[in-house]
Order: sequence, then structure tokens, then C-alpha cells
Amino acid sequence: MKLISYIILITFGILLIIAAGELPSRGHPENPINRDTSIAGTPGAAAHYIRNAEKETATPNMVTAILADYRGYDTLGETTVIFCAGIVVFLILRKQKDGTKI
Amino acid sequence: MVQKSKSIIVALVSRFMVPFIQLFAMYVIAHGHYSPGGGFQGGALLGASILLLRLTVGEQPSNLVFHTKYGTQISGFGVFIYAAVGVAAIIGGGLYLDYASLPIAGIEPAKLRSIGILLVEIGVGIGVMATMIAIFDDLARGHFHD
Repeated sequence: MKLISYIILITFGILLIIAAGELPSRGHPENPINRDTSIAGTPGAAAHYIRNAEKETATPNMVTAILADYRGYDTLGETTVIFCAGIVVFLILRKQKDGTKI
Repeated sequence: MVQKSKSIIVALVSRFMVPFIQLFAMYVIAHGHYSPGGGFQGGALLGASILLLRLTVGEQPSNLVFHTKYGTQISGFGVFIYAAVGVAAIIGGGLYLDYASLPIAGIEPAKLRSIGILLVEIGVGIGVMATMIAIFDDLARGHFHD
């Protein structure tokens, strides 16, 4: 059983290393994410943000505009995750009035 | 129970520093439109300032600034502000979290988006601050709640 685990682990490790070698280099202008039009022919997202973010949101900081406006749902989820962490610690560690744990 | 620091130098210096940390935190939140920063970073700074008070001057005096009872409630309120801005956009006739249709009269859509981003960042800041403090208080001692 242990041998099978090792074989699976090493196989996936090799697969991951091969896949990581095929990743596009970071920040290259010919990457699909940075192109003006995507492979399918639709307008690319990054080019739209760079051209229109300040005009559409009146916010010079493009990162803030994307984080809180274009990707608003994502930031709402992040805030909820932090809130959930607080709730979980609250539920696990706080005691009731009579001293018993929940 | 948090023990306060025995050194009077530590207590005095941290009491001197806390208002400046909080001022800088509010600057980070409000200036997120123009420079690196925003709700998460400013909220972390605000929470850290309260934690500094908790650790140095003890729990009773720091309760005057932020009471241990209210940590979890206020963190929920921060998330509520965020979600309520989204619902306000629905009431104004747009999609959820589409700040351009917030129901504030006489402001052009681009400016409305800027205001919406600021409101959302304030909500995030309050949520992160209160969550940090709530987790610290829960870890420091199991507090009676009702």
C-alpha cells in the first residue's frame, strides 16, 4: 500500500514539474491574458482595464478599481471568508455562561 | 486574560503611538483610490493598533476604545456594509454591486463608481479590524456572551 502511495506521489510530482515548465513567462505581451483580443476573437480583459479603468470609475489606481469594482464579487467573498474565520474561532473557543463549552 | 506590560515606558510609548497608527490606517483606507492601500491593509493597521493597546495597557483601559463584547458583531456589520452597497445598487435599478446605479442623485456614473468603491473599502476595513480583534479576544480568554 505504501509503495502505491509513493508511485502516485512521484508520478504527479513529475507531471506538475513538466506542466510548470510549459507555463507562459510572466508579463510577456504575447500571453493570452495580455493580448488585445483573446484566442476566441473577443476583446481581452487586461487591455480593456488599462484603457478604460480610470475613465469608467474615476479612480486613478487601477488595482483598486479592478479589485473593488470589476471584481466586486470576489472581494465580497474574501471579506466573507475573513468574517467566517472570526465566527469559527468564536464558536470553538468562547464559553457559555455556565462555563461549559459548546 | 491579557496581562498588561509591566514596563511604564512600553505603556506610555504605545499610548502615544496608537492615535498615529489609527490616523495612518484611515489614510490608507481613504487614499486607496490614488496609492497602494485599501480596506484590507487599513483594517489590518486599525486592528493592530487596538491589539497594541490590549497588550500594553491591559484589557480594562483598552475596552474604552474597543470593547471585547462587540468584536464579532462589528465584523458582521462590516460585511453587512459591503452587501448593503450591493443591494442599494439593486434598489437604484442596476445589478448587484453595480455602483453606477447607486441611488444618489445628481452625480455622474463614473463618480458614483468611485463613491461605491470607497464605501465598500470602508466596509472591508471595519470587517477586517473587528475580526482581528475578535480572534485575539477569543484566543486570549473565552469571554461570556449572551
